[in-house]
Amino acid sequence: MSRSSGRSSPLTPYLQVAPLALIMLAMVGIPLITVLLLSFWQSDGISIYPEFTWANYQQVLTSPVTLTLFLNTLKYAGLTLIATLLIGFTCSYFLVFHVRNLKWQIGLFLLCTIPFWTSNVIRMVSWIPFLGREGVFNQALISAGVIDQPLDILLYSDFAVVLTYIHLFTLFMIVPIFNSMAKINPNLIEAARDAGASGWQILWTVIVPLSRTGIALGAIFVVTLVMGDFFVVRVMSGGQSASVVSAMKNQIDQLFYPEAAAMAVLLIVVVLLMVSAILRIVDIRSELAK
Amino acid sequence: MAQATHRRGLGFYLLAGFFALFVIFLYGPMLVIFILSFQGPTGGLTFPLRGVSTHWFGDLWTSTRYGDLGGAFRRSMILGAMSLLITAVVCLFAGLAFRKRFIGAGPLFYLAITSLVVPGILLGLGISQLFQLLGFRLNWWLSGLGAHLSWTLPFGLLIMFAVLNRFDSSWEEAARDAGATPSQTLRYVTVPILFPGLIAVALFGFTLSYDEMPRSLLTVGGKNTLPIEISNMTTNVTTPALYAIGTVTSVISFAVIAAAFACIALIQKRRARAKRGA
Repeated sequence: MSRSSGRSSPLTPYLQVAPLALIMLAMVGIPLITVLLLSFWQSDGISIYPEFTWANYQQVLTSPVTLTLFLNTLKYAGLTLIATLLIGFTCSYFLVFHVRNLKWQIGLFLLCTIPFWTSNVIRMVSWIPFLGREGVFNQALISAGVIDQPLDILLYSDFAVVLTYIHLFTLFMIVPIFNSMAKINPNLIEAARDAGASGWQILWTVIVPLSRTGIALGAIFVVTLVMGDFFVVRVMSGGQSASVVSAMKNQIDQLFYPEAAAMAVLLIVVVLLMVSAILRIVDIRSELAK
Repeated sequence: MAQATHRRGLGFYLLAGFFALFVIFLYGPMLVIFILSFQGPTGGLTFPLRGVSTHWFGDLWTSTRYGDLGGAFRRSMILGAMSLLITAVVCLFAGLAFRKRFIGAGPLFYLAITSLVVPGILLGLGISQLFQLLGFRLNWWLSGLGAHLSWTLPFGLLIMFAVLNRFDSSWEEAARDAGATPSQTLRYVTVPILFPGLIAVALFGFTLSYDEMPRSLLTVGGKNTLPIEISNMTTNVTTPALYAIGTVTSVISFAVIAAAFACIALIQKRRARAKRGA
């Protein structure tokens, strides 16, 4: 390894990392433990008492609403995952294997990522003039003669919710898949072609397996983002649909903090199970270390 | 180099068309609300445009219907600036530390990743309840800032890893061998070399904080930030003023992104020139 220097003390990394460690503990570690504690405490809707109880979990686990909420959230996550994966893979494939000029490649990649640095709320709002009864879509369809009556299902529906998710989160799929694909040695593809593989065979047996780290990372991002959302569901479904976190938000608004915390812990367990299932299929850590 | 002379087939054009559609899907709706924010005074939330005016921008300033937009904007800018500074400095040193082995590196890394994947509102609940248990008041500049840092620092750290991946530490060793103290090495060698990467970290620090909503909701106390005010407007306001505030805040975001990219490009240009001169 590198030469050790007499001047740099072994304490240096600890001093360097201390600010990050302190902020992460104070603002992530301890707050998450607080949520866990809170889920075992009693409340009467006005104040909270630090006395142990299973009641919050009992209520969450026995309520028939919980299952519906989880199924609904999983449905959103599944639909968004499929759509973002197809779009993200296709766009990354185009950028990496068809755009050969490096400047163009970086420029078009940045074009896909710039919206990440702008407001999600505004990007969501920007679908409203498109999808409404008098929106751009309905106007276009009517003037094209496809429909006579404006479609009502476009805005304030599951369709609007999933469309917004796809719009907001596809770039979380593009970035990691692009990174994985960019690392594929072009000689491998050349070798496959020389061996007589067709375009589809190359795609399916060379590129997809070698992009799996990116696909897995993207899937983790998209699933956790959809499962953690409450705002898009609330606004874009027009209050007609709910997800786990939007129901949790309602409980918080009504000051039922311990019930909300129990729901949150249950959600984290489900999300962790899903993430570890993805990690089971793809060992991201060993792949990234390569 | 058979690849380079390969003719562009039908596949290329199909994929290019798909990509173009995706870019339209990504930017089209935003473009539409920029246009609609210049709606005439009698216009509504959708087309047609009833005249072109800056009425709704003026309305944002003069009307009292939209709450404390000016104050919220000021707080968001201050929070963004604080996040920018703290994220850049903390992530620089943390990134340097992670190049060596130290006890707790693994758990700290996983804590940072946890902060990225955990639902923001849940972390907000945790932070607000912790503050209340300890008897502290919720304030946008303390609990709110902490909530923002829980979001910006992990991203900054990941960017820092990528930046340091391409950093050749033999520069530092050379400085050390030439007799530089650790602080001199940091100041005259490490930081100048890493500076474009640090601008990228700072860009994340500002924009992620400036647009953050779910983590802020429960942690800012009585005084709202701009994204919270805007998200309240999405349910209350049914005039193009909603699009006007969207245009204003997006223009600020785009200006910040452009400034960051321009800085990076400028530094790289200057370096290329220095290299040619040498």
